[in-house]
Amino acid sequence: MSMLSGRGASRRSLLTVLGAAAVGVSFTACSQPGAAPAGGGEEPKLNFYNWDTYIGDTTLADFKKASGVDVNMSLFATNDELFAKLKAGNPGFDVIVPSNEFVTRMTEAKLIQPLDASKIPNLKNIDPSFMNPDYDPGRKMSVPYTWLVLGIGYRKSKVKGVPDSWKWLFDSDAYKGKIALVSESADLVRLAAKYKGHSVNNIPPEMVAEIEKMLIRQKPFVKAFHEDNGQDMLLSGEVDLVLEYNGDIAQIMSEDPDIGFVVPKEGSLINSDNLCIPVGAPRPNNAHAFINYLLDAEAGKKISETILYPTPNAAAKALMPDSYRNNAAIFPPADVMAKCEYGAFEGAAKASFYEEVVTRVRAA
Amino acid sequence: MEQHWKSAKGLFGAVLGPPLFWLVLFFMIPMGIVWLYSFGENRGLTEIALTGTFSNYLRAFDPLYLKIFVKSVGIAGLTTLICLIIGFPVALAITFAPPKAKTWLLLAVMLPFWTNLLIRTYALIAVLRTEGYVNQSLEWLWNGLGAVVGVLGVGSLGPFQPLELLHNNFAVVLGLVYVHLPFMVLPLYSALDRLDTSLLEASLDLGAGHLRTLLTIVAPLALPGIASGVVITFIPALGSYLTPDLLGGPDSQMIANIIERQFKRANDWPFGAALAFLLMYMTFIAIALQAMLSRRRREPS
Repeated sequence: MSMLSGRGASRRSLLTVLGAAAVGVSFTACSQPGAAPAGGGEEPKLNFYNWDTYIGDTTLADFKKASGVDVNMSLFATNDELFAKLKAGNPGFDVIVPSNEFVTRMTEAKLIQPLDASKIPNLKNIDPSFMNPDYDPGRKMSVPYTWLVLGIGYRKSKVKGVPDSWKWLFDSDAYKGKIALVSESADLVRLAAKYKGHSVNNIPPEMVAEIEKMLIRQKPFVKAFHEDNGQDMLLSGEVDLVLEYNGDIAQIMSEDPDIGFVVPKEGSLINSDNLCIPVGAPRPNNAHAFINYLLDAEAGKKISETILYPTPNAAAKALMPDSYRNNAAIFPPADVMAKCEYGAFEGAAKASFYEEVVTRVRAA
Repeated sequence: MEQHWKSAKGLFGAVLGPPLFWLVLFFMIPMGIVWLYSFGENRGLTEIALTGTFSNYLRAFDPLYLKIFVKSVGIAGLTTLICLIIGFPVALAITFAPPKAKTWLLLAVMLPFWTNLLIRTYALIAVLRTEGYVNQSLEWLWNGLGAVVGVLGVGSLGPFQPLELLHNNFAVVLGLVYVHLPFMVLPLYSALDRLDTSLLEASLDLGAGHLRTLLTIVAPLALPGIASGVVITFIPALGSYLTPDLLGGPDSQMIANIIERQFKRANDWPFGAALAFLLMYMTFIAIALQAMLSRRRREPS
């Protein structure tokens, strides 16, 4: 079953449903006795809580060789899962990888602690445009690990030209029955606002009502609200247009040359996954050393080679081949990227409100 | 004569203790906490204040959620009915199969349980999708037929239109029937297997046809099995969320999908807890009805 195996399964798709089926996976790097501890008087161990397929093949072993620290990696499938786990008290994680909105959320909930920049000299490798994001001004709590952008994955032979507008997904019957949208409520409402020319943040309630009407009108033409397995639906010919992350589509583009990806001209939502240290981390020194190692140019290159997500690490990107650096799906053109925004965390009530809007759309 | 439990309290306690402890610690207490949450309110991001409010339940009675409840009950009910219609003949066939075949047939019914539900659901996607096995086979047949028609010179059939089998309510019901059929067959089999075959022989000897025997003798005698089969099929079908998530279309959400999203994306645990407990109350009512029915049946005898 090709869709369950190999690299085609992204961290945002497979484990989401595996998690739903209550399957837990964990991985321990093989231990190597006799190595010196990383310093700070901490035992040479580290608990890393990461997304699935989101690290280089040899990164953990390489770090062990370099520092002597054993990394024990556990996996989570969604930010909600990460949040829920830490909400009840840190069970012993040293490094976690929340997305942008959740960096704010976890900062507000006092679940992550400030980083000591003096212990992370490799911060100099990060592209300056990622160093002062709205979700973490001044990069006090987090360092960027990867970023992603939502756009339209499409089957070239079935679509007229390049579908470079959200219109084709949200407000048109041109591809009826061949469209899949994300089921994530906030993403859906925010991108619809983007289509209407508004920012993804601070959407006024009247506009949300309009968006609700538009999506109800569009629903008969929509095949499914996918659970982040949109790339599978596109690859199998189930749909011709799908709202998905660039990294997910980039992975299937290498399997099927008939697949394309575009970030619509209206702009889109950009996401970023970040390395953070949770409050109550038992080994903060090892955690800083590990974060610094992940930002290393050579280590970052090995990670990008495996996961194929865009990297904010300029030094690592410079070491990558042209097929990655010049891939328009992984790195969409700068003029479109300039119109993309981070979705800000706007409070729990807003999340609940958007959820109810999408529930109404789907029940209509 | 049976010993009354009161005369062996120590033994009784020793045997009952561990499971009771397990049940209280890992079932009753967590469920109790969730039940309390259903009367709470979000305070900030991580705190839930137990204010004793009924607002979560009131919100659950919004027509929006009531409609989804009704729809879930409808889908689960339809699933149960189809399972019963398919499962009854299967259980009957297993009952009257030779003893050796019986073991194998029962094994075949249970075999799907050895595979994870998620894997089975993905397998079903591969079967049903536009370019899946069903549509590919149909296309092959269609093209074959088209060739024959072409040779005969009657005209052409036109291009094959794939059937829309996935991402709609049909796919959800099909998936649920597929998953829950064993839950129906096994209790039906255990009820039918205990049936006194001499009653059937008597019925047939006295001139009743096979269908009449089935309806007036077998069905009433198997009623307890049917009732328990219905209950243990209906309840998990009502609470399923993986199947509608993966096989369903834009409007196939069931109540469990809503509950899941409250606990995850919406981060509204109190409301999710209220919805979950409404589902639980409905389950209790279903079980109570079944118990009442079976008691009423036993009384006249």
